[in-house]
Amino acid sequence: MTHAPHLEASQLLALYEQMAVIRRTEKAAHDLFMSGLVKGTTHLAAGHEAIAVGASAALRDDDYVFATYRGHHHALARGATPEECLAELMSRATGLCGAKGGSMHLTKASRNMLGSYAIVGAHLPMAVGAAWSARLRGTEQIAVAFFGDGATNIGAFHEALNLAAVWKLPVLFVCENNLYMEYTPIADVTAVANPAADRAPAYGIPGEIVDGNDVVAVQEAVTRLAGRARAGDGPSLLEAQTYRHFGHSRADPATYRPAEEVERWLKHDPLDVARGRLAELGVPAETVTEADERATGLVQKAVEAAKNAPAPDPREALTDVWADGGAAWRT
Amino acid sequence: MADVITYRQAVAEGIAREMRRDPAVVCLGEDIGAAGGVFKTTAGLYEEFGSGRVWDTPISEQAIVGAAMGAAMTGMRPVAEIMFSDFLACCWDYLANEIPKVRYMTGGQVTVPLVVRTANGGGLGFGAQHSQATENWALTVPGLKIAAPATPADVIGMMAAAIRSDDPVVFFEHKGLLAAKGAPAPPDHVVELGRAAVVREGADVTLVALASMVPVALTAAERLAEEGIEAEVIDLRCLVPLDTRTVLDSLARTSRLVTVEENPYQGGWGGTLVSVVADEGFGLLDAPVRRVAAECVPLPFADALEEQVIPTVDKVVTKVRDLTAY
Ligand SMILES: Cc1ncc(C[n+]2csc(CCOP(=O)(O)OP(=O)(O)O)c2C)c(N)n1
Repeated sequence: MTHAPHLEASQLLALYEQMAVIRRTEKAAHDLFMSGLVKGTTHLAAGHEAIAVGASAALRDDDYVFATYRGHHHALARGATPEECLAELMSRATGLCGAKGGSMHLTKASRNMLGSYAIVGAHLPMAVGAAWSARLRGTEQIAVAFFGDGATNIGAFHEALNLAAVWKLPVLFVCENNLYMEYTPIADVTAVANPAADRAPAYGIPGEIVDGNDVVAVQEAVTRLAGRARAGDGPSLLEAQTYRHFGHSRADPATYRPAEEVERWLKHDPLDVARGRLAELGVPAETVTEADERATGLVQKAVEAAKNAPAPDPREALTDVWADGGAAWRT
Repeated sequence: MADVITYRQAVAEGIAREMRRDPAVVCLGEDIGAAGGVFKTTAGLYEEFGSGRVWDTPISEQAIVGAAMGAAMTGMRPVAEIMFSDFLACCWDYLANEIPKVRYMTGGQVTVPLVVRTANGGGLGFGAQHSQATENWALTVPGLKIAAPATPADVIGMMAAAIRSDDPVVFFEHKGLLAAKGAPAPPDHVVELGRAAVVREGADVTLVALASMVPVALTAAERLAEEGIEAEVIDLRCLVPLDTRTVLDSLARTSRLVTVEENPYQGGWGGTLVSVVADEGFGLLDAPVRRVAAECVPLPFADALEEQVIPTVDKVVTKVRDLTAY
């Protein structure tokens, strides 16, 4: 396919700009980590942008999204600002979760981005529950769970698919297959070629494969599968093929990846793919450059603002366990 | 209203009352629908509320509790059943990592108002993998409320409080008590979580018990009374929030404390309770504290062996007698 039937040039440009913002935010997160301003760890999603942005463009604002510890891109695509995200990574009071979550738990509940979960596969049943709830409440919301290829070998994946299928729930499972778990190729530990899509038929649901680096292809696939879910036709599984640009986490140089593989995938960068599509739609290169510049400016400002934000009040450590705001375990 | 109801009937009645009151309350679990639950603790719910509110699940403990969590995060008040409390281990990730942490780690953005109900404890000869008293597993997890009623009326009142709670509650229904009878609960009966009950007054020693150990402690108290020892018996009812106030107030009257626990001594709730007493009530004590708890072994099958492991009336009587002579 050489054109984008559903997206106008202006829409595609907006998606491109979102991806550019995410890419620059990830780069900033990396640099801040390397300079010691981000504690703990980060799992950067540079390279995966088209999945978050393409899927979000196909969803309603009130649909539910659940992500993994590699979830910066989903938080950003669902409306978290670079400033909130970077402030969270830098342990600032202005962080998305008041600095109680950190990189692995970015959550924007006001936009129904209901969290990033660091136990592999744990959130798939939650998405099933959110879809069940939407059905019970008679809304036409759907729930989407984004997860890695590694999660397809976890029990919760299989329990979630089966339950969603037998209850015919409006949930969409989106696997971001970046070929690796932490350091081990998924192919070394999985008996089927497409770890997600090949399993879908066993649960009686459609399993599709999409080029996860093509924002248009993702947008189209999710539009179709989300429509199916909204129409009451039940869950489906989308396996988006992609690649991470950084290593698994922290400062992992990812030397376990063959050079020609890395090169091949870097040539298929989601931003480049989108630029190519914009050119085909006749969008001038300067217009794209302006979008890049806006993204750069936004992220630079976000870094500065986050750096200047205050640390959290230590008393906050003892709040937010219970719905009354406190943490008391005794009366 | 009947004069007496069973603990098992009270479970279904407690859930039904909340389902009538609040359309957001829905149930899910294995065999809980037309079958009425393997312990018949959901009998009648499917008939009254239908398949749209009472959902049979596959044998998928992670999916049951995970889906309950997702539903609770998005406007429902799910009541999930895990058939035997031993099976909580199959969905332990949800109880230990997901449900209790999400509110905290999102800085208060997400609340999880759900109830996980489960049949707990020994006494029925189900063997090691269907008999454990596991409330102490949950006790180690910050962010879970823990209810363990001992009487039918409390089952109803605490079920109401648990389902209405905006926080997650693990609700332990004791298998050994399912057939026990008691007074019915008045309409709109609510027992606030974190309120222990003094179920027998006495001036010589305080016995603190939970769930199946409450009748054991009460029977022991009757026996001790024949020897002239008056035991005050406290039904703790909840482990989180823990009502340390009622225990300390009782100690101010009795000056002696014995905990009666079905869970193993190692890691049991009594350890937490006596540490609070040692810290804040040391001056109230005229004797050491004592704990009657289960041995640290998996629960054996035969009655004679099981009795060897979990607290019995005799064990409680002996321990209290020794303590009053201190
Ligand atoms: C249950 C569980 N086991 C192990 C880990 C450690 N771990 C963190 S990320 C990861 C790899 C997951 O790979 P994948 O699902 O492919 O996602 P990706 O990191 O590629 O996005 C592992 C093993 C974990 N977080 N949770």
